Amino acid sequence: MQTQAPSIWKHSVRVGLLGGAVAILLSLVGMVAAFGERYIVSGLFTMGQVILLAPILVMVYSGIRRIAPQPANRVGAAHKVILSGLLSGLVGSALLALLLIGKFVDLRVMFVNASPKLFGILTFNQELTLGLLILLGTGMLAGGLTGGVFLLPQRLRSIFLQGLLWVILVGLLRDLIVTVTFRWGPLAAVIKQFFAISGLKPLGAVIIFVLIGALRYWRSNQPMQKRESLLTNGKSYVRWLTLAGIALVLILLPPVLGVFFSEILSNVGMYILMGIGLNIVVGFAGLLDLGYVAFFAIGAYTVGVLTSPELSANPLTYWQALPFAMIISLLAGIILGLPVLRMRGDYLAIATLGFGEIVRLLALSDWLRPWLGGTQGIQLIAQPRIGPLLLNTQQEMYYLFLIGIGIVAFVAWRLKDSRLGRTWMALREDEDVAKAMGINHVSAKLMAFATGAVFSGLAGTIFAAKLTSVYPHSMNFMVSINVLCLIIIGGMGSIPGVFIGALVLIGAPELLREFAEFRYLVYGALLVAMMLIRPEGLWPEARRKLELHEEEVAAGKMAVAGIEVTSKNPGE
Amino acid sequence: MAVLVAKSVTKRFGGLEALSNITLDVKEKSIHSIIGPNGAGKTTFFNCVTGFYTPEEGEIRLNGRNITGLSPDRVTRMGIARTYQNIRLFKNMTTVENILVGMHPHLKSGVIGAILHDPRTTREESDAVEEAKRLLSFVGLKGKGDMLAMNLSYGDQRRLEIARAIASKPTLLLLDEPTAGMNPSETQEMMIFIRHLRDEIGITILLIEHQMRVVMGISELITVLDFGVQIAEGTPAEIQGNPRVIEAYLGRGAASGLGQKTAVAAAAA
Repeated sequence: MQTQAPSIWKHSVRVGLLGGAVAILLSLVGMVAAFGERYIVSGLFTMGQVILLAPILVMVYSGIRRIAPQPANRVGAAHKVILSGLLSGLVGSALLALLLIGKFVDLRVMFVNASPKLFGILTFNQELTLGLLILLGTGMLAGGLTGGVFLLPQRLRSIFLQGLLWVILVGLLRDLIVTVTFRWGPLAAVIKQFFAISGLKPLGAVIIFVLIGALRYWRSNQPMQKRESLLTNGKSYVRWLTLAGIALVLILLPPVLGVFFSEILSNVGMYILMGIGLNIVVGFAGLLDLGYVAFFAIGAYTVGVLTSPELSANPLTYWQALPFAMIISLLAGIILGLPVLRMRGDYLAIATLGFGEIVRLLALSDWLRPWLGGTQGIQLIAQPRIGPLLLNTQQEMYYLFLIGIGIVAFVAWRLKDSRLGRTWMALREDEDVAKAMGINHVSAKLMAFATGAVFSGLAGTIFAAKLTSVYPHSMNFMVSINVLCLIIIGGMGSIPGVFIGALVLIGAPELLREFAEFRYLVYGALLVAMMLIRPEGLWPEARRKLELHEEEVAAGKMAVAGIEVTSKNPGE
Repeated sequence: MAVLVAKSVTKRFGGLEALSNITLDVKEKSIHSIIGPNGAGKTTFFNCVTGFYTPEEGEIRLNGRNITGLSPDRVTRMGIARTYQNIRLFKNMTTVENILVGMHPHLKSGVIGAILHDPRTTREESDAVEEAKRLLSFVGLKGKGDMLAMNLSYGDQRRLEIARAIASKPTLLLLDEPTAGMNPSETQEMMIFIRHLRDEIGITILLIEHQMRVVMGISELITVLDFGVQIAEGTPAEIQGNPRVIEAYLGRGAASGLGQKTAVAAAAA
């Protein structure tokens, strides 16, 4: 640390330049201008300004964290931290100010988004000199404040940062929140008081900040033991109560949230269903399958062919077709499994990729058109009926997914901790040794492929019933990739991870619709950041704890700590 | 009474004859060592016995039954277990899980049982965990059941690998350099442990070993390989005095010149 001290200024300049460069990039792709009038806190600051300043401040913060002296002598070095923040902020905003050249030279030849609107935002709608001074001043001040935040005690700092994040998030999601809460009666009126026409009212922002801060403070006062997950560490009855509570909330969601959210949720549900299946193949057994959409297609098409009056002389009902769809998916899993048994790693990925394409192309082909409908797909697919009740709205489909997920998650969870689950894990770790332990790799791998295929096929059948139609183009490669991504984001081999991954990867982009064409930019950046910061996933697989004798608990703790240490090492 | 009988086993890789005409009998409840310089074909022989390689010629019998050319998992089910020269544990699994995988051939529970948790499956699983913990304390890893295999010390990893091997209740245990990379006191412990294994559980042990002190200390019979050829077999005392063995290890001339060297050393002094 001592040797780094002289370079602290150089470092601050570099950090500022980096942050400024990112801010320029975001300005030139048009994000800043697009959100220029979109207030986070009404009358105070806009989304555009947040986008402008956030990269600089994030860089300043992480930069300070890297070079700051150890806590022991932090008080003595406080002025250094503040000064470093000021300098970084100034450099960053100065770099950003370079964009104002556009006022004199026409940058729009190359950068369409270097518009007067952007310059207006940069100069805070003042004339050039004054605006420039305000911009530099704001940058410097914000940088210095960031340094100040860093100097806060750890607990206060996290309270402050979380409060700030939530204010931005709530302000950003203003429209959604107002729409959803619209139907909540008296509560809606209260909530409405928080929001202006665009973004939060200043008072609302303060209330949210204080609320989140208080919650955070209360949570940090709880002893560590209690904060461990109720689902994994509680006593048996606590666990069941938690599960029942979660189930109740899930059942109540659609009527509370309305149609828009139900649609998003059933989309998420579909991906969870597939995710749990692929998690068995990839996460448990370590078989990289890139053609997973094939089974989804097979499930959907089986239901389509059997229930649509277009293609079938005696159309079946959804429930009659369901077992056929599952069996055919299972067989397809085995058919894919057999030829690729000997393959590992990259080769397996390519072979499965081919399988996925074959299935899609078959569905698309003219050759099978009389049976599968070719490019036109299949329409008039039957929807499930329970007694007199026909399930045909989004909200009802949500329940179908919920039941499916419940069954599938239960099966996956039980299998994971079983003899078969261990077999898969052993094959994933070292196939040769697993064979030497008497494991029959053929049956174990086929079991993994077949189970995954059935789950995916089930998702396909509900998908077909939900839309009452299937088309070859919904069965494209990106579905497989999305499912794989959500598993990786959630944490390989972790069942709760699949849920989190699907919510983040499938649900969040829907909520970010407002970002329009920038949606995938944000999304991609988030993915990259996520893989750099937390490569083990959002909810990594916690190695199950065996019932141990008391003296063994300490050793167990070490083992768990060991996972956390090593999983931070992507090179492992 | 021989547990393992190898009859003129020959294994070729292209033009190279890695094993030629190896014939050996491993007697029941004995500790039998295979030694030889690097590349002598010791591990190749292990791979032939465990089914990873199929020998081109010859026959391998376990307890009278022909196991030549069977797949590795079948061989394991017949009663052979092994460890590896470079430890090959399931690193991201706990020690207990490693042993449970070793017990795989003796567990019966299927998919349906696993999903429904019927009483039989539940009982089998909890019995298996108990058994695994018993095995752990037998090999001296008591209390480390919940640690990940990768977090164990080197010596403990060796022990766990052996525990995993004996979990399949083999009649014959193949140990591939169990003391590799160990310091003298760890080596000493391992020797005692191997002898203990044979005496307590009554497993027959076939051992590849480089450290002569270990080999001479615990083996009842030693087979010496050199370039895939069996050059000697006998008790430790016989092997120590065998000129062909000395030649294989120290080079031509060393065997006959042993006396001269001493003379030279004496002259220099």
